[in-house]
Amino acid sequence: MADHVILKNLQFMLGGLALTFELAVIALAGGLLWGTILGMGRLSSIRWIYLATSIYVHFFRSQPLILVIFWFYFLVPILVGKPLGAFASAIIAFVLFEAAYFAEIVRGGVQSVPGGQVLAARASGLSYFQVQRHVVLPQALRNMVPALATQSVVLFQDTSLAYVIGLREFLRRVNLVDSREVRSVELYLFAAAVYFIFCFGWSLANRRLERNRGGNSC
Amino acid sequence: MLNYDFDWSVLWREPYGRMFVDGIRTTVCLSLASWTIAVLIGLFIAVCRMAPSRTARLLGTAYVEIFRNVPLLVQIFFWYFAVPSLLPRDMELWLYRRVTNLAACAGAVSLAVYTASRVAEVFRSGLLAVPQGQYRAAFSTGLSRAAAYRHVILPYAFRISLPLLTTEFLTCFKNSALTMTIGVMEATGMANYIDSFTFHGLETTTAASFVYLGTSAAVILAMTCIEKKMRIPGMIRRKA
Repeated sequence: MADHVILKNLQFMLGGLALTFELAVIALAGGLLWGTILGMGRLSSIRWIYLATSIYVHFFRSQPLILVIFWFYFLVPILVGKPLGAFASAIIAFVLFEAAYFAEIVRGGVQSVPGGQVLAARASGLSYFQVQRHVVLPQALRNMVPALATQSVVLFQDTSLAYVIGLREFLRRVNLVDSREVRSVELYLFAAAVYFIFCFGWSLANRRLERNRGGNSC
Repeated sequence: MLNYDFDWSVLWREPYGRMFVDGIRTTVCLSLASWTIAVLIGLFIAVCRMAPSRTARLLGTAYVEIFRNVPLLVQIFFWYFAVPSLLPRDMELWLYRRVTNLAACAGAVSLAVYTASRVAEVFRSGLLAVPQGQYRAAFSTGLSRAAAYRHVILPYAFRISLPLLTTEFLTCFKNSALTMTIGVMEATGMANYIDSFTFHGLETTTAASFVYLGTSAAVILAMTCIEKKMRIPGMIRRKA
């Protein structure tokens, strides 16, 4: 009886996972890209770049994601003049929000690269961007992997918040099934189990990766 | 491009002004209540994870992994929609009849249980950072396990964990916004609710975001002073 509810709606609910993953992947890619730029800005020696990126990062880190999603949901139609739909608003909110967290990870990663590396690269005649691209970022990236893995789990869980503006991702679909079937216990335990499997599996895989890589990282 | 009539008076005009202030008060009460419970549970779980008993360690680890790897929103829904139906019939009816702020209670419980899993990790790293010599010295003076933790280890670990605890409190404060999904009228929920009467959601959400910003800034400033006083001499300091 109990699993009947889940089996009957399994296809519908798991269909929402596609959207969940789509949101997560776009938010991760966009957030990482924008976050890297912001993180480099936080290390810039040019004062106004440092100030602007710091304000951005501190501001977004003090906000609840759900509020940011609403804010863009209200703001975007006003700026563009027409509603762009929930998906576009959610993506914008996710990218801008997660980038603030990625920026701090990137900053930490870059700061962990010994200063001598930069001096050596500069001395061999590379430009600022070449130094970052070929010397600093590749080394920083290795040090950032654990933090990035943790943050990507958080990001994956955060996609469930797209629920509030009516996107039919996984949790919304579970919620819809629940409002029809009224089997909250089974359905939400099922949702929890699905999220748990992905998040915990991903963390375990990363822990193993860390262990195998070990030693030679620093 | 910007054809939007800003009307900031929704923030103080009757009755919306009062509603907004109510929302802020709910956010503060909710996050403080959850935080208090979370610290107590988190402390207990962290000590469990350091215990000599294998079962205690396993249970502690299971708690942390389960509650950390399930989105808070799922947990909120579970506590609000599913848990009451698991209770005996009489208790369920009593809940629905007598507890008028059931949503806020469910929200507080889910937030507390979730935050506890994060606080437990903070305390555990604090406990691990206490030098081994402290444990040995405490036990060798004849203190029992409980007394050693109570008088030596925990005060030490607490001071080490303080900066991270501040971060976790702010996370808890921000996470309280998620309870709006089950109808708790805290700051974010209220901003959204006022929008449904006035269509001025942009102003109310902007105001709400400044409330979060202001609170975070105030908490960080206050905690920086406290952290400076509570710092353990000789430990590596965070660079200013």
